[in-house]
Parts: sequence; structure tokens; C-alpha cells
Amino acid sequence: MSQQRNILLLFAHPSMERSEVNRPMFERALQIPGVTAIDLYAQYPTYDIDIDLEQQRLLAHDVVLFMFPLYWYSTPSLLKEWMDLVLEYGFAYGPEGHALHGKIAMCALTAGGAELAYRAEGYNHYPLPELLRPIQQAFTMCGMHYLPPFALFQARTARKEGRISEHLALWQQLLELLRDSPSIDFSAAAALPKINDSLPTVFGGQA
Amino acid sequence: MTSYLLQAFVYLCAAVIAVPLAKRFGLGSVLGYLVAGMVIGPLIGLVGDETETLQHFAEFGVVMMLFLVGLELQPKMLWAMRGRLLGLGGLQVLLTTVAFALLALALGQSWRVALVIGLILSMSSTAIVLQTLNEKGLSKTEGGRDAFSVLLFQDIAVIPMLALIPLLQLPELASVVLAEEAAGVAHHPTLVSGLPGWAYAAVVMAAIAAVIIGGHYFSRPLFRFVAKAGMREIFTAASLALVIGIAALMGLVGLSAALGTFLAGVVLADSEFRHELESNIEPFKGLLLGLFFITVGAGIQFELLWSQLGAVLGLTLAVILIKAGVLLGLSLFMQRRGANRWLLGLSLAQAGEFGFVLLAFSVQNSALPDATAQLLSLVVALSMLATPGLFILFDKVILPRLQQRRNDPQADNIDEQGAVLIAGSGRFGQIINRMLVANGVTTTVLDHDVQRIEDMRTVNIKSYFGDATRLDLLETAGIGQAAMLVVAIDDRQRAKRLVEQVREHYPNLPIMARAYDRGDAYELQRQGVRYVVKETYHSALDMAREALVALGFHPFKAEQCRAAFDRIEEQRQPALYQSWLNTSAEKGISASYRQLFIELGEALKQAMQQDRSDRHSDSERGWTPPPRNYDAKLKQDAENQ
Repeated sequence: MSQQRNILLLFAHPSMERSEVNRPMFERALQIPGVTAIDLYAQYPTYDIDIDLEQQRLLAHDVVLFMFPLYWYSTPSLLKEWMDLVLEYGFAYGPEGHALHGKIAMCALTAGGAELAYRAEGYNHYPLPELLRPIQQAFTMCGMHYLPPFALFQARTARKEGRISEHLALWQQLLELLRDSPSIDFSAAAALPKINDSLPTVFGGQA
Repeated sequence: MTSYLLQAFVYLCAAVIAVPLAKRFGLGSVLGYLVAGMVIGPLIGLVGDETETLQHFAEFGVVMMLFLVGLELQPKMLWAMRGRLLGLGGLQVLLTTVAFALLALALGQSWRVALVIGLILSMSSTAIVLQTLNEKGLSKTEGGRDAFSVLLFQDIAVIPMLALIPLLQLPELASVVLAEEAAGVAHHPTLVSGLPGWAYAAVVMAAIAAVIIGGHYFSRPLFRFVAKAGMREIFTAASLALVIGIAALMGLVGLSAALGTFLAGVVLADSEFRHELESNIEPFKGLLLGLFFITVGAGIQFELLWSQLGAVLGLTLAVILIKAGVLLGLSLFMQRRGANRWLLGLSLAQAGEFGFVLLAFSVQNSALPDATAQLLSLVVALSMLATPGLFILFDKVILPRLQQRRNDPQADNIDEQGAVLIAGSGRFGQIINRMLVANGVTTTVLDHDVQRIEDMRTVNIKSYFGDATRLDLLETAGIGQAAMLVVAIDDRQRAKRLVEQVREHYPNLPIMARAYDRGDAYELQRQGVRYVVKETYHSALDMAREALVALGFHPFKAEQCRAAFDRIEEQRQPALYQSWLNTSAEKGISASYRQLFIELGEALKQAMQQDRSDRHSDSERGWTPPPRNYDAKLKQDAENQ
């Protein structure tokens, strides 16, 4: 792809005033050209989602990023509501629904638990990619290319342990690669549990 | 009569010309008045001996000023500031007084005179500094708050000083006064002249108690009675009567009038009539103080300045250096950093208008020789004249240097959030107020209905009496520092007048307003109100939804209808507003507006009814399942793989 990709960042955080990681991530994204960053809870405080507007947004972008703190192994409810409403039959799927075909989809999330807890022997029992299957399948149903998540584990202690600035730098790099990288290796990406440590693999020599 | 009018005209003209000029050059109004006085007095000679008589009269402005200082002092605020007040303010007054007294002793003055000089020079200029800090937007910074605390402490400290100075009477000067008094030249009648000590003390206590108890219990019914008459000038008369009456009472028992009115101010600081009182007294205080400074300027002896130019300049420099030195030392001790320390040090390095007051007072009470007082008033005036220069030094030299040096990313303290001003505390305003207050927002509520304010006070909601459409009242209520104005008054004309005035004088202040109906809402929108809400719109919509539920609609479906209604209204607003704008000049509703309004009605009807016949209604867009056989092709694809 010779042109830059437009990135739509759909951010859902029901308690922004307590956010330690997502808020700076969102603010960083606002600074990056080519990224349209939407704070969904700010735009739809009463859950009254404007379906037409959201569909136009999707059409105008090449990459759709869900960003959220993990709530009960899933998205916060507004993001689910967004999926229920915006990914309509005839628009996103169905015989006539090709609006999203070929676009890229991905999740950027924070989780309270440690990465080791997200496996069969851990107390969360399932690896993160397993828990995200419903989202992955929804995107796949819409004909989109799904990338593994960009994840920060143990997010509640990240500030105290000074892990945030490193994460922010990686976040910015990811956004810039999604925007600029001429080719993306989706098949190599498919096997990854998360994308954080594998930017060079997925985005080629650019990283 | 004519000669009085002429004199008044001369004074007023001098002020009218000099003060705006001084403000334009960033010198502050006090210096403007001083210069006006110098011009009409020593320079042109338009006014003469009467200035001294006038000065005594004008000193009443100081009494009023202390009343206003008292009004600003809510006990809660004082308590919150106690550290700064006592630590910074107390030490500043103490150390500066001691430093100057020592200097005066070294220069050969007696200890009494030295102490008086120390007290006089410890004062800084509240008028100049607060105004400059506000103009430069520095009043909410750490340094600005420190400066405010020091000034406040000084303002309060004036009262004990006024009591102390007569005790420092110089025997050789006092004898002259006594002789004059004996000859009946100056005789002040007091109730207590002949009383023994214990009785005197009892009378004084009784007078103070009268002010406090009277202020607390009787002022309210009185002001309520007056306010119900609804005549502004009578309220002004009542305010003046209060201040003058207390001053007279204090005079009768031989106490300082300033002390009495200050106390009354503190007692009334909690009253709902506070802002009304303030805005009534304020212009009198301003004019009288202005007059006072003019008379000070008129009294300045230029011969003295030229003959002792070196001494005057040297002393002025010493005053600035010592005061700045003490303040810098104190702020170092209080662990202030960087710019805030310098701001405090430089902003308060001048002597102030209370210096003039104390000078005049000291001379009257024979605590200071006239010649010394003359010299000192030159020093005080010159140091005040230097203040803008010090602020420029801070802005242009110190701030850039500090900013270069600092590179830690930690931001400065975020400016304190301004208060929200709510006009109207009726059914509408009180809900807004409750919601804001419950979320920790500071509000000031104004209402012109005394009864309502009383009712609100009984349920612990604080509001103030006053007509919010009056700009001066809005100013004393703090519109200059407000974060937002909420217009919640039900009288359409008054609401519009209020918005108009505020837009004109405070164009950057966000306004939210309640509108009576659609036309009213557009009118307010055109005036530049940021957010307008029709007063019945949301409650009516709410009830419509409840009606649907009562008729058997599923609550969630009813809520979707409500939201769709609201959304369609909102979408059509810009077009309706434009159409209204184009036709409002001709009065009446134009055909195109009527057409748009009909279309709006149609769109609403359509949105609501559509889903009976069609799966894609506006109110139930989404959550619609795909067609029953939508996955036929998907299944086939999967089987083929």
C-alpha cells in the first residue's frame, strides 16, 4: 500500500477519571496525524449511538482499533452496544454488506491480571486470544483482517512500577506502523498471543 | 454654593482625566488619584487650604473600605488561609516593622517615632497589587495567593495599629494639641470622657456587643423590610445608614470607627444581603478613597522633594529593597519556589495607601512630626510609583530566566476552578445549584425575591439577595472570576437583558440559559449563549415516555422513542434557527419557517410509526435481527470448504 492508512480509534472507558493507562494512551493517539480518536463514552453518555455517523466513520478509515480496559473478559458495555448497533446486516455483513471488507481490525486493551493468569493453569483459565474470540469472529464475519491484541497486563500497578512511558512509546510506534507500514504479515500475526513484542515480525523491516 | 460646585468640579475633573490615563499606562488608579492631586494642588494651584478639611472627610472612605474588607472575610475562608495569613502575613508585618524601626533608630529618630515609621512602611498597596495581579492573571498562582494573604493580614492589622498609634504620642507635640484642646479649638465630644476606667470598659464592651448582636439578629429583618419595598435607593440609604451609624457609635464611645465597621462587615459576611451591600457601598468607598488620595497628592510639597532629592530617592530605594528582602526571606522560609517567590517579593515591595492613612492619623495624634510625615509621604508615593516597574522586571527578566532553567515536566498547580454564577434560585436554578454543589462545584446563587432566599436558607441552600440584571452586583458576586454564568430566571425580558449585558462586558464568559419557548431559545442563541434549553422540553418528553409505558409499551421501547424524538428535534434545529434568523426582522412567522416546522412534525411522526410497517424505524434502528435465512450462503460456503 503506497498511501497511508487512516486509523479509527474507538475508545471505551466508563470511568475515565480513574484511568491511569488508557487516558495517556488516548491522549497520545490524539497527537498522531492520521489517527481519528473517539472517546465513545464522552460522545454517547446516554448510550444513544448515532448509527449513521458511526458507519460513515467506518467507511472513511482503513484500520479500526477498539481500545478498552478489559471488563469481565470482554469489552465495556458501550463498545458491545456499538457493535450491536453499528455492524448492521446489509452494511457490515450479509450478501450486500461489504462496507468493511479488507479493512484491518484490532484490539488495544489493558488487563488487571498478570499475563501468567491468562492460561489453562492460571486462575483466568484461558489465554487472552481465546477470550477475544467473539470480537475476532465478529470482525472476520465482516470480512476484516484481524490482528492480535496490543495488551498491557497488570495495568493497575503499571504506574507505580514505571511501566507506562515504555508502553506509550510502543503504542505510538504501533499506531505509526499501522498507518505507514507498506505491508502487514497477517499470517505471521495470526499465531501471536499479543502483538507487543512482535512489531518487526508483523510489520516487516520497518519496525 | 457656586464655589463648592466649582471645587467639586475641579476634583472630579482631575480624577476623570488622571485615573484613566494612569490605568492606561499600567500604573493603577491610586497613582492616578495622587497625580491628579499633585496637578491641581502644588502644580497648578487650583485648590488650596480646604484640602485638609476634605481629607478628614475623605478618610471615611477608609472606614468603608474596612467594612468591605470585613464583608469579604468569611470565617471559613479565614480558617482555610490561617497558615498563610499568620505565617506569611504576620511575620511580614512584624519583621518589616522591626527592620524599618531599626533603620529609623539608626538614623537618629526616637523609639516612638521609629516604631510609627516601621508600622507605616510595613503596609503594602492592596489597591495596586490586587488589581495588577488580576489584570495579569496571576491571582490564582501560589505567589498570587501568598500576596493576597499578606495584604489581607495588613488590612486587618491596620485596626490594632490605629489603636496603637495614639499611645505613641510624642509629649512635645501632644502638649500643643492639649493646649489647643484646652482653648476649645479641637474638642471631640464622647460619651465616655468623664467616666471611670471600669465603666469605660463596660461601655466599650457594650458597644461592640451591640454591633455584633445587632448585625447578626437585627440586620436581616431590617434589610428584608427594606428589600421588600423594592426600591434600590432606599436599600442604598439603609447600607449607608448602617456604616455611618456604626462609625458614629464607635466615635461616641471613643473607639476607632474602622474597627466597628470592620466588625460589622465580618458579622454580615454570611448574610444573604452581602453582595447587595457590597455593590451599594463600593462606589462611595471608591470615590471617597479617590478623594483621599487626591488630597494626599495635593498636599505633597515639591520644594521638599527637590531640596532633599537624594534623601527621598535613597529612602525609597531602601524601602523597596528591605521590603522585598524580608518577603523573599520569608518565602524561602515557607519553602516557596521559583517564580512564586519572586512574585511575592516584588509585588509587595512598595508602601501602600494605608501608609497614607496611618501617616495622616499619626500626625493628627501627634505621633509623628509634620516634616517627617511630609518626607515619608513622598517616599510612600514614589515606592508606589515604582510598582509597575517591579512587575515589568518580574515579567521580562525573572520569569524568562526561571522558565529557561526549569525543565521538570511536572506542571504548575492547575488554576483553581472558578465558581459558577447562577442567576435565579427558583424551581429551575435550585436544581442546577443542587447538582453542582453535590459535585463539589462552588456556586454563587442570586435572586431578587427575598422570600425565596429565606426559604432556601431554611434548607441550607445559600443564595444572595440582589437583582442579577445589575452589572455592579454581578461584579461583586465575582463574575470577573467566574467559570460560567447560568441564567435561570423566569422573566424573559430580564433574562435577555442580563445576557446582553454580560455578553458586552464579559464576552469570553460561557453562558447557559433557560428559555421560555422556541422563539426565546433562538433569541438567546443569537445573543451568543452557549447552551440554551427550553424550560419544559425535557420534562414534557419525559412524561410522554412515561405515558407510553403506562399504555403498555415496553419501557425500553418507550425510551427509544423518547431518544429518537430528541435526536430528530436536534437534527432539525440548525435549519429552523437559520430560517428564524432570516425572518425575525419582519416579525411574525414566515412561510418557510412554518414549512420547516411542519416538516419537523412529519419527520417525528414518521420516525415513530415507521416500524409498524417497516423493519427500519428510527426509534428501533439496531438490535434488529438479520433476516431468517441470512446464513444460507454462509452455510453453503462452509460446506464447500
